[in-house]
Amino acid sequence: MTGSAPPPDVDPGAAPPTLLEVSGLSVSFRTEQGVVHAVEDASFTVGRGEVVAVVGESGSGKSVTGLTLMGLTQSPNATIAGSAKLSGRELIGASQATLREVRGAEIAMIFQDPMSSLNPVVRVGEQIVEQIRAHEEIAHDAALARAVELMERVGIPRARDRSRAFPHEFSGGMRQRVMIAMALSCSPRLLIADEPTTALDVTIQAQIMEELGLLRRETGAGILLVTHDLGVVADIADRIIVMYAGQIVEQGSLDDLFYDPQHPYTWGLLGSITRVDRVRSARLPAIPGQPPSLLNAPAGCHFRPRCPHAFDACTQPPALEARLPGSPAHRDRCFLEPSVKRRIRTVDGAIGLATGETVIS
Amino acid sequence: MARFVVRRIGSAILVMFATSVLTFLIFQAIPSGDPAFRLAGKYSTPAQVESIRREWGFDKPIYVQYVKTMEKIFDGSVISYTQQLNVDQTVIHDLPATLSVTIGGAVIWLLVSVLFGVLSAIRAGRYLDRVLTVLAFIGLSMPAFFLGDIALYYLGYKAKIFPLGDYVPLTQNPGAWFSHLLLPWMTLAVLYIGIYSRILRSSLLDTLGEDYVRTARAKGISERRVLIRHALRNSMIPLISLWGLDFASLLGGGTILIEEVFNINGVGKYVGDSIGRLDVPPILVITVFAAFAVVALSAIVDILYAALDPRIRLSS
Amino acid sequence: MGPYQIAWRRLRRNRVALAFGLLFVGIVVLCLLAPVYASDIAHTTPSANHETETVRIGSKTVDVVSLTGLPIGPTWHGRFFLGADAEGRDVAVRLLYGGRNSLEIGAVATLITIIFGLLAGIVAGYFRGFTDGVISRVLEVIWAYPVIVFGAAVGVIVNVGGLNLGFVKLTGGTLLVPAIIIGIVYIPYVARPVRGKVLSVRGLDFVDAARQQGLGHMRIMVGEILPNVTTLAIVMIPLQLAQSILLEAALSFLGAGVQPPSPSWGTMIGDGTRLIPGAIHLTLVPGTMLVLCVLGINIFGDGVRDALDPRAKLRIEP
Repeated sequence: MTGSAPPPDVDPGAAPPTLLEVSGLSVSFRTEQGVVHAVEDASFTVGRGEVVAVVGESGSGKSVTGLTLMGLTQSPNATIAGSAKLSGRELIGASQATLREVRGAEIAMIFQDPMSSLNPVVRVGEQIVEQIRAHEEIAHDAALARAVELMERVGIPRARDRSRAFPHEFSGGMRQRVMIAMALSCSPRLLIADEPTTALDVTIQAQIMEELGLLRRETGAGILLVTHDLGVVADIADRIIVMYAGQIVEQGSLDDLFYDPQHPYTWGLLGSITRVDRVRSARLPAIPGQPPSLLNAPAGCHFRPRCPHAFDACTQPPALEARLPGSPAHRDRCFLEPSVKRRIRTVDGAIGLATGETVIS
Repeated sequence: MARFVVRRIGSAILVMFATSVLTFLIFQAIPSGDPAFRLAGKYSTPAQVESIRREWGFDKPIYVQYVKTMEKIFDGSVISYTQQLNVDQTVIHDLPATLSVTIGGAVIWLLVSVLFGVLSAIRAGRYLDRVLTVLAFIGLSMPAFFLGDIALYYLGYKAKIFPLGDYVPLTQNPGAWFSHLLLPWMTLAVLYIGIYSRILRSSLLDTLGEDYVRTARAKGISERRVLIRHALRNSMIPLISLWGLDFASLLGGGTILIEEVFNINGVGKYVGDSIGRLDVPPILVITVFAAFAVVALSAIVDILYAALDPRIRLSS
Repeated sequence: MGPYQIAWRRLRRNRVALAFGLLFVGIVVLCLLAPVYASDIAHTTPSANHETETVRIGSKTVDVVSLTGLPIGPTWHGRFFLGADAEGRDVAVRLLYGGRNSLEIGAVATLITIIFGLLAGIVAGYFRGFTDGVISRVLEVIWAYPVIVFGAAVGVIVNVGGLNLGFVKLTGGTLLVPAIIIGIVYIPYVARPVRGKVLSVRGLDFVDAARQQGLGHMRIMVGEILPNVTTLAIVMIPLQLAQSILLEAALSFLGAGVQPPSPSWGTMIGDGTRLIPGAIHLTLVPGTMLVLCVLGINIFGDGVRDALDPRAKLRIEP
């Protein structure tokens, strides 16, 4: 990419320097029916060159987290507390001027639906140019040239011609590539991808994920990947954060989460991924029940109503802690003993959430 | 796109034909009295009524009547029997006054509406928005003729800030032309500002909530640019088309109330006076032309709309 | 909670809208009490001509209408509370009777507009194709005429000669004539949005499902389509009422609406305009009443629209 320093060598073995440090982030909205606690006390980090996946259902707070980092959830109804530092610079409560500098240039965002997220009456090349010129003193033609290069880089054929096209003239996958090109235009250090593949076909999904992986390797940018699909992140994520009803219920490395998950909700998520090697059961396992209303979250553990393993301790709110000796980075919010967990999380030969009777520790 | 244009023009022509038929039916064929007598007006003699009957073909079958009526309207030979004046010529003579009123008022109302609409939208729910909303509601609840009366009386007669109506042609005295038109312009604008600023406010609030505006903000561009280049640009499109139609409607006699109150000799006043005199021929002609103007402009606006929206323009 | 209950709750909290709604209701009640006012307080009728009489104000005795043709202004007493007009008639009495006429015409016109607008919109949107084509063209034709010119033109024709369609005879002076004209003129303004809504609902699966069940067109239109446009209709009623009252005033002002000697706010403003710059009360009184009435409807109507708005998910607490 022109105009930026050569990408740093990312050594996957060493602990990456911290790019984003979020601590105690809470976001709530006042509505007619009461206060909605969209995000409660979220704390996590993203390192340089690291891909951190935030996984959860709709309403879990994962999207709100990403949007809040960009300052896009501000409104008279919103109360935002906590801290989010990008390379030491505080984003929460920062001035509009600061946020505007940061957006697009240091943190960039890719949204879920590229059709509605691009201005339908402006040519795509111009939309990329607009972002470049918002952050750099550069002539229009030079910016356009760079936009075309970016489009080539993300795999759009005949980029020069296509830069004059309108969003509706592209297929879904190509539109998303345009969004990616746009997001990269100012060499951001952190990329937030909010469900980037949800609106696309499965085959295109794979291509886009591959594209993101390539990006991380080449630019050393950190990626915060927000998604509801645990399967999608298996190839690319370094660490995973699982969110439920506004809280982080488990976080750890990819291996931690896939091979030694500690929270029943995570088991449910893993159990519901269709697997080729699994015994074919009569029905696809789903987590029973509904996510709680964020207006009246249940006291204690938010997952208790749907958890077949709930017991009396669960009426107290569990803290997000590392409960496994030797794995300080693997944290969860479940009171069950690790030995019990190992026993009960295997259902039908694979990890999943048991339905039916409650198992008491 | 070409197919769209052709279809739209075809539809417009069809509608114009239909309006001409309808107007004809209303004026000449409503089973209430004698059309020839109606056309002849107040001071007619039985002999006149007879000659009108023959001239317009009221003794012939209805489709002949229609053709004759249309012929007379379009070759400019309709005469007001009450006044003994050619209608078309009178209209042409009065048109500049109406144009002056309409164009000036329309420009003012568009500019002020955009200003109020934008301010209301970006300060939605707050004090400024509430104030502007109240003003807008008063504006759109105010009958133009009443407002004109009040303005004329208090600002013109009592406070003597503005001249007391009448129209001074531009060519005669530009200064007087302007000062005499200020009050009519503002009176005309008030109602439309009320309507348009509310529409723009609503449209902007919708647009500002769209995904692509969120993306624009996420790109880090200035809020003002987001507002103008993304939100306003997309919100203005329906507003402009509405503006075009109201403009046509005004030209076609919609200014009647303003012209009556301020004693401006335009097309509107001509219609108004004709109504007062029960003088039918001018009303007939102007109604036909007014409808045509609206249909034509509606088609033009639709075509421009399609031309500007790349989604339509570029599809098959 | 159903959407209407939620809307009702929201409306109840909107004090401004409620206040203006009350204002409108107050005006309506006042006008309905016109006969009571006329006989018990003003001791006259709307067309009684007191031109040559005198009246006592305090200790002085004044001509009701001066020798130069200028009527007296408000006396703030039982007789001629708001003054007299050029024909010596009691303005306050005429105001209330005129209000009744204006409101009656507005109400009837609105009824016509909403009913036929709904009909046209639903039929056009439901059947689509040729039916829609025809109905839409008809609507376009009506819509093409500048509202005032059309209303005035038809008003003149019909008022002068009355209407004789064989089965229906209307003489020139009835209120029904302006009401029908105004009602028809605004039909496209209701029919088009309704048609749009029906088209979007029409495409939804439940309509095809109903057809498959063997339900007839009528059942579907009434049972499935109509409930979906009810919200739209409810929102449009106050809007149309306000528009109709304003149009009636304009037409009467021009002489193409309510015919003398029947009063209406529009004719009164017209009479007053002719006397400007004298006797400004003749214009101010009916005009202010008109503005207050329409303002009340408009602000209340906006409150109704706001309350029914499903999109406002996150509202700011008052």
